Amino acid sequence: MNTLLTQNDTQRRDRMLTLGAAVIGLGLLFAFDSMFDRFTMQIFKLCAINVILALSLNLINGFTGLFSLGHAGFMAVGAYTCAILSMSPEQKEANFVLQPIMPVLLNVQMPFLPSLLIGGLLAGFIGWVLGVVTLRLRDDYLAIATLGFSEIIRVVLTNAQTITNGSLGLKGLPRFTTMWWAWGSAIVITLFLVLLIKSTYGRAFKSIRDNEIAAEAMGIDVLNMKVLSFTISSALAGIAGGLLAHYLTTIDPKQFIFLKTFDILLIVVLGGIGSITGSIVSAIVVTVLMEALRFLDGPLNLGFMVTNGIPGLRMVFFSALLMIVVIFRQQGLMGTAEFSWNSLARIGLLPKRGQKSGKGVE
Amino acid sequence: MSSLLQTIDVNKKFGGLSAVTSLNMDVGAGDIIGLIGPNGAGKTTSFNLITGVYTPTSGKVIFNGQDITGMKPHAITHLGVARTFQNIRLFKEMSVLENVLVAQHMRMGANIFEATLRLPSYLKKEKHVHERAYALLEEVDLVEHAHAKATSLSYGKQRRLEIARALATEPKLLFLDEPAAGMNPQESVELMDFILKIRDQFNLTIVLIEHHMQLVMGVCKRMYVLDYGVTIAHGTPEEIQKDPKVIEAYLGVE
Ligand SMILES: Nc1ncnc2c1ncn2[C@@H]1O[C@H](COP(=O)(O)OP(=O)(O)O)[C@@H](O)[C@H]1O
Ligand SMILES: [Mg+2]
Repeated sequence: MNTLLTQNDTQRRDRMLTLGAAVIGLGLLFAFDSMFDRFTMQIFKLCAINVILALSLNLINGFTGLFSLGHAGFMAVGAYTCAILSMSPEQKEANFVLQPIMPVLLNVQMPFLPSLLIGGLLAGFIGWVLGVVTLRLRDDYLAIATLGFSEIIRVVLTNAQTITNGSLGLKGLPRFTTMWWAWGSAIVITLFLVLLIKSTYGRAFKSIRDNEIAAEAMGIDVLNMKVLSFTISSALAGIAGGLLAHYLTTIDPKQFIFLKTFDILLIVVLGGIGSITGSIVSAIVVTVLMEALRFLDGPLNLGFMVTNGIPGLRMVFFSALLMIVVIFRQQGLMGTAEFSWNSLARIGLLPKRGQKSGKGVE
Repeated sequence: MSSLLQTIDVNKKFGGLSAVTSLNMDVGAGDIIGLIGPNGAGKTTSFNLITGVYTPTSGKVIFNGQDITGMKPHAITHLGVARTFQNIRLFKEMSVLENVLVAQHMRMGANIFEATLRLPSYLKKEKHVHERAYALLEEVDLVEHAHAKATSLSYGKQRRLEIARALATEPKLLFLDEPAAGMNPQESVELMDFILKIRDQFNLTIVLIEHHMQLVMGVCKRMYVLDYGVTIAHGTPEEIQKDPKVIEAYLGVE
C-alpha cells in the first residue's frame, strides 16, 4: 500500500528533481547555443542580465523594504569601469577622437573577470557611501538620493571626456558576454542570493522590512544592515552593468537614464516584491515580451485600417500591465512565496506518492 | 540591594506636552515591578525612554551601572534589555519560528561570509539557534505553529510569541507592555503565573505595564503609579492600594 512520502523521502526527491532540472537546464542552454540564430541568442543573454538586475533590486526593495531608484546609475558605473579596464589601448585610442584618454587609463588592460569584479566593487563602494550618508535619515531620502545619484552619474559620464569619452560613448567593446558568461553569472548570483536570504542575514533584512522598530528592539543593527543590503545590491547592479556593456558592445551615457531603473522595477513588481522565483520568471517573461511585442511600435494592420506605427506603444502595454497588477494583484506573480517542488506536488503537477518520484520535471 | 536599573529625573516632552515628568525608578535584580496608571499616563513612553526608542529631554538612565541614556535600541538590547510591545509588532511576513530566530541574530555572531557559504562554523550556530528557538516556543506552547505565519496566530498567541522573541535575545531585564491586553480573565491569571515562572527560569528582572491594577498586585514586589506623566505613588502593592492619590486617579478614570 502506498504511504505518503516521509520527510526524508521528500528531501531525497527534491534533491533528485533539482539535479534533474539543473541537468535539463544546462542541456537546453547547450542546445540553444548551437541551435538558434544570433538574434534569439542575444535575447536569451539579455534574460540572464535582467535576472541579475531584478534580483539585485529585489534584495533592497523587496527583502529589506527600502526604496532605491538608482539602479541605472550603479549599472553605468559597472559598465564603464568594466569596459575601460578591459579594452585594449588601440581600441581606446580609436574611440577617444575628441580628446585623448587619460594616460593612466590608456595602458591598463585586464581580462574580463577582474574587470567585471572591479566594476562591481566600485558600484558597491559608491552604494556604501550613499547608504551611510542617507540611510541614517528617513527612508524616503534613499529614494530621492539614489534618483539624484543616477542622474549625476549620467552628467559625470557625459562630461568626463578624458575618462569616458563623453557623449560619444565607447564602441567596439570585445563581445565577452557569451551565453555561458551571462547565464553562469546569473546562476552564481542567484545561488548567492538564495543562500544569503535563507541565512540569518536574510532573516535580519526581512525583519527590518516587516517592522523596523521591533527589529531594532531585537538587537538588529538596523542602519548597518540596511547599508549592507544596499551595498550588495549596488555591487550586483554594477556586475550586471559590466555584462550588459560587453553584451551590447557599445555604451553611452543615454542608455543609463532613469527609465532603465523603471524597466527593472517593472520586472520586480510584476514578479512579486520579495520573491526570488518571481523576479527570475518575470525577468525572463518581460525580456522576451519586450522583443516579441516590438511589432507594436511599427505600422499595424488592424484589418480595417493600417496605422503609421506608434513608437512607444510597447511601453504603453507594459505600463497598462503594471497598472492592472497594482490594482488587482498587488503582490505580483508570486507575492513573497518561493518555488519549491512541494508546491508543484500540491497543485497536482507532481505525484504526491512514492514510486514515481525522482523522474525530473514533468 | 544592588539596583539593575535606575532612571534619574527622566523627563520627556513632545512639543508642549510633558509625557513623562521626573521619572525616578529603581529596579533591583530579580524584582518584578509594576508600572501602572490610566491610559495616556506615560507608561509606554517610559519604556521607550529606557529602551532607547526615545531620548530623554533631560535625565539619565543607568543600566547595570552603565549610563545608557541616548544609546541606540539595538545596543541597549545587546546589554541585556528586551521588551514586548503594547500594539503587537511581530515580523508579519515571517514564520513564528523565524520571528524567534531573528531575535538571536545579534548573539549568533555569524559573519556574512560564513553565513552565505554555509561554513561548518555557521551551521553549528544555526543548529544551536534552531534548538533554542524550539525550546522557547515549547515554553510558550507554540511549537505546533512554528511554520505558520506570525500574523495567523490568535491575539493571545501573538502576545506569547512576542515574549518568546524577547527571551530569545537573552535579556537580564525584560519589559512587558500590557501583556494581558486582549486576554480573558482566565488567560490573564495564567499569564501572571507564567511571568513568575520565566523570571525564575531565566534569572530575569521584569518590569510590566498594566492598567488593571488588581491583576498585577499578586506578582509585583513594588509598583509605580503614573498619572499625566507624574509618578503619583510608589511602594508595595499594599501601600499603593491604600494611597488616596491612587484611588482618586483611578476613580477619576474608570
Ligand atoms: N511620539 C509621540 N509624539 C507625541 N506625543 C506622544 C508620542 N508618544 C506618546 N505621546 C503622548 O504621550 C502621552 C503618554 O502616552 P503613553 O506613554 O503611550 O501612555 P500610556 O502607555 O500610559 O497609555 C500621551 O498623551 C500620548 O499622546
Ligand atoms: Mg501604553
